[in-house]
Amino acid sequence: MIVRILGEGQFEVESSLADRLNAIDNKIVEHVNKGNQKEFKNDLAKMISTIKEKGEPIDPVDILPSDIIVPPEDLTLEEARKVFRGEGLIED
Amino acid sequence: MQLGDDLVGFLDRMSTVINSKMNKIMDKMEDPRETLDYSYEKQLELLQNVKRGVAEVTTSKKRLELQKAKIQESIDKMDVQSREAVKIGRDDLAKTALERKVALQAQAQSLDMQIADLNDQQQKLIAAESRLATKVESFRAKKETIKAQYTAAEAQTKITESVTGISEEMADVGMAIQRAEDKTEQMKARSAALDELLESGVLEDYSGGDEIEKELSKAKASSDVDAQLAKLKQDAGK
Repeated sequence: MIVRILGEGQFEVESSLADRLNAIDNKIVEHVNKGNQKEFKNDLAKMISTIKEKGEPIDPVDILPSDIIVPPEDLTLEEARKVFRGEGLIED
Repeated sequence: MQLGDDLVGFLDRMSTVINSKMNKIMDKMEDPRETLDYSYEKQLELLQNVKRGVAEVTTSKKRLELQKAKIQESIDKMDVQSREAVKIGRDDLAKTALERKVALQAQAQSLDMQIADLNDQQQKLIAAESRLATKVESFRAKKETIKAQYTAAEAQTKITESVTGISEEMADVGMAIQRAEDKTEQMKARSAALDELLESGVLEDYSGGDEIEKELSKAKASSDVDAQLAKLKQDAGK
């Protein structure tokens, strides 16, 4: 499956990685709800490094839609809250 | 993630954000035959925007580096002065110089972090620019192929595919530029505040260190006088 890390391009990863990413994703939701800044940053970094480690960067020549979109690593907790409130990351 | 989990995950939300941006990019494309050319035009515009973004981040970084150099100069000066003060037994002056040095070091440290942050932004934007440039070129070639080889019905599918793919990239890059701009704006404000401090003299006290210098040369002169006096007394006593 194809994963886009925002600001860093697309990666091809094995579909079997989905469970692992899903587990981290659930933790991130919890951290955002509880406002745990440090854990949020750690798990987001972990998700991104897992994708980079296990995945292969996709040649920029290929124009493909992604299955999963991962936020940038420097996303703040406040920005994450905005995403949950449906406000998007930045103003349009 | 839509992977059999009922929980609406963070990644799902993230996709929604990007999708809504993509829809905004694609909404404006109504006539399928014009869609390809319109999208290509937008891509070229975006490419120009990334280049501007890179230039802006680079300028901000240079400005912070200049401030850092100024502050480092003052730190070195405080260091020399504190050593000189200790040499002539003026611990009070040495302490003042060291206090200023510590305050300046804190400023320098915070600047270092901001510079590293901007450097990171700069590298990421440069990489994004290169990826987008490659994709735009690839899109251009594809667009000509689609126009030349496919029937209207087939072309429609191909157009949707490639326009969707490139719109996702455009939404991504657009967001990266916006976030980099927000960051440089914040840093510009902080760096202007620091400039003001440097100019207003609040930090001048810290950076200039002129009074310490004056005190030091006075103290040095008086210790010279004492030494000469002692010598005169010694000579006269002989």
